[in-house]
Amino acid sequence: MLRIEGVHTFYGAIEALKGVDLHVEEGEIVAMIGANGAGKSTLLMTICGVTPARRGQIVFDSNDITAERTDNIVRRGIACSPEGRRIFPRMSVLENLRMGALTSDPARYDDNLATVFELFPRLKEREGQRGGTLSGGEQQMLAIGRALMSEPTLLLLDEPSLGLAPLVVKQIFEAIHRINSQRRMTVLLVEQNAHHALRLAHRGYVMVTGQITMTGTGRELLENPEVKAAYLEGGHA
Amino acid sequence: MSTSTVEAARPGLEAVLKELCLTALAGLALTVPLVAYETIDAAGGLQLASRWGSTIFIVVMLVLGRFGIILLRTPGRESWVAIGGGIAAAIGVLDLFRDGMTHLLGIISWPAITPTYTLSFLTGVGGAILAIRAIVQVSRRNSSTTKADRDARAEAIGDQVRKLVKVFAAIAVVFALTLPFLPFSNRYVIDVATLIVTYVMLGWGLNIIVGYAGLLDLGFVAFYAVGAYSYALAAQHLGISFWLALPFAGLLAASFGLILGFPVLRLRGDYFAIVTLGFGEIVRIVLINWYDVTNGPDGISGIPRPDFFGLASMTRNGSDGLPPFHEYFGLEYSSEHRIIFLYYLIVAMAALVALFTVRIRKLPIGRAWEALREDDIACASLGINRTTIKLAAFGISAAWGGFAGAFFATRQGFISPESFTFIESAIILAIVVMGGMGSLVGIAIAALLLIGLPEVFRDLAEYRMVAFGAGLVMIMIWRPRGLLSHREPSVLLANRPPPGPGRPSTRPVAAAGEAAE
Ligand SMILES: Nc1ncnc2c1ncn2[C@@H]1O[C@H](COP(=O)(O)OP(=O)(O)OP(=O)(O)O)[C@@H](O)[C@H]1O
Ligand SMILES: [Mg+2]
Repeated sequence: MLRIEGVHTFYGAIEALKGVDLHVEEGEIVAMIGANGAGKSTLLMTICGVTPARRGQIVFDSNDITAERTDNIVRRGIACSPEGRRIFPRMSVLENLRMGALTSDPARYDDNLATVFELFPRLKEREGQRGGTLSGGEQQMLAIGRALMSEPTLLLLDEPSLGLAPLVVKQIFEAIHRINSQRRMTVLLVEQNAHHALRLAHRGYVMVTGQITMTGTGRELLENPEVKAAYLEGGHA
Repeated sequence: MSTSTVEAARPGLEAVLKELCLTALAGLALTVPLVAYETIDAAGGLQLASRWGSTIFIVVMLVLGRFGIILLRTPGRESWVAIGGGIAAAIGVLDLFRDGMTHLLGIISWPAITPTYTLSFLTGVGGAILAIRAIVQVSRRNSSTTKADRDARAEAIGDQVRKLVKVFAAIAVVFALTLPFLPFSNRYVIDVATLIVTYVMLGWGLNIIVGYAGLLDLGFVAFYAVGAYSYALAAQHLGISFWLALPFAGLLAASFGLILGFPVLRLRGDYFAIVTLGFGEIVRIVLINWYDVTNGPDGISGIPRPDFFGLASMTRNGSDGLPPFHEYFGLEYSSEHRIIFLYYLIVAMAALVALFTVRIRKLPIGRAWEALREDDIACASLGINRTTIKLAAFGISAAWGGFAGAFFATRQGFISPESFTFIESAIILAIVVMGGMGSLVGIAIAALLLIGLPEVFRDLAEYRMVAFGAGLVMIMIWRPRGLLSHREPSVLLANRPPPGPGRPSTRPVAAAGEAAE
């Protein structure tokens, strides 16, 4: 469904992605783990065209989207929930969700809204509350919900567990699992919380300073001694 | 430790005297160099005049004010402070309006107590603040409510105000429409009202860039100038009538907006503000120096007045083959007709802007503006094309500025670059910020206060700007996010009552998740 080949992305002279190869198949949850500054967020931003790749190729559903504009990429069915949630703080929950629906068919707005509210009933309760006054977990639900409003077939999530208490992290991961199993949505998940992410994911990648160093099923990576040492035991530096 | 806090709560006479002396010294140190002497133009050159009266008055008032603050530290003395502050406030107000009252109402003249108008104003404001503080302190102490209760009450009041805003807006519209026929209305009142509504319209125009798109534009006056000059030049050289020139002026200003928009789109925050500031200055300097076209600093005069929709002329004897207005309608001639006509013209233009703004806020583009203000990066990842959105904000905002400019030109009959200085941009921006960015009603109130008050205080000559400054400071202290900072959501669920007040945020500690694993 998504195939990335030899992608290099630069911030000015800094090379953040140094030839990344990766693929995501339909119906999968793929986790990407790596230390701070490895380039995980950059990869997601490159996929959705916010920081375009300088070299390499990104193919989505057999269309080359490497140089495409973000709004067109979103229309093709890729939605991104960016790092740090980035909901609109002064807008109500409902307005935030509406913003996610800018690229989708207005006729299906109500259906999509119902889907999101069914997934996160909490958001329906707080529908008129300002985004900035939601709790961290609710904000994360909102960020995911907003991404879902564009009716994606591929959902990119950047550190959905960032700054959340264990119980809330669990809820969020359960929601991701349900999105995948019930709605048949493909998910590419970037996480620092390697343990949770790899248990949830079908496959995983490990990224170190802009390159993929390891790949395998979630279980394989969980049991891999290097991964264990670097990302699972005693946390990470 | 505890003894010293008790000491501070009930200071001895000595400590009080020491504090008062220090206040007096500080007051003298500040006022002597600034106030005690002034240079005046006299026969034979500049002369030094002393103003010891004012100086001593300031120091005495400072000491009295300080004494009031000291009294407030001891519970139970608030009533004295409230009375003293109230008297000072009353004296200030009466002094301030001594001319106006004698003038307007024919009351016997009031013997001034304060030396100058500025000091009357400051005395009044200082006294009022002290009195209010005293009263608030007493009521806080007497009520057993906790801070949470007070917050809840403030929230409830806020909800009431929100409901009242709609009523208030309706009343304001009726008032604006009937103003010329109200009993106290005269030429002066309508003139001031026209000025205020012009600024309301400018504020609403700038609001799209600043309040919605969240881009700090310091050069809005450039669009106002472009609109004014395009009408003035079109009328002068091509003889185009106001009604034909109006859309033209708006279009021209909008294209200037787009031209400015392109280079600055990549800039953010401070850099954006500085470039727009520069753009405003460039336009003004071009107007001054392009003598052949703009007539430079001499400006353009004899700009024709608008006719009555091509039916009648607003001049006494008619022009361009049109009959004069009063003949066309079979009325007695009155020079006020034209003024009232201009007033309704700007009210209609402002209403157009308001309707447009209310509509566009609910359209995808309006929502995208607000989203852009809230979070740039989120917008990008949602696939909002930021370039088009920003350009649209610029173009539309500029067009409204251009319309207002054309109106300004036709109303004044004369324009020169002097009308389009940076201070104009600053005032319009202040109106938008003070009003609570994005709130149409708030902006209208702010324009009323910031333009209307200095007009009312015209007696105070240059000191009226003190009133302007004090108004800004007070709004910033009491309403730091603007007069009406509440924004109505632009999307509501079908058949659902509006939700209650928001719950405060609870953010789990960042590291907790991983530490517990
Ligand atoms: N806007 C930018 N300008 C310059 N350099 C950037 C920018 N954004 C990221 N970088 C650099 O690119 C590299 C990769 O950053 P990225 O945000 O992709 O890391 P990450 O893997 O998401 O890290 P984290 O887990 O901390 O979020 C880092 O070295 C970072 O400093
Ligand atoms: Mg990141």
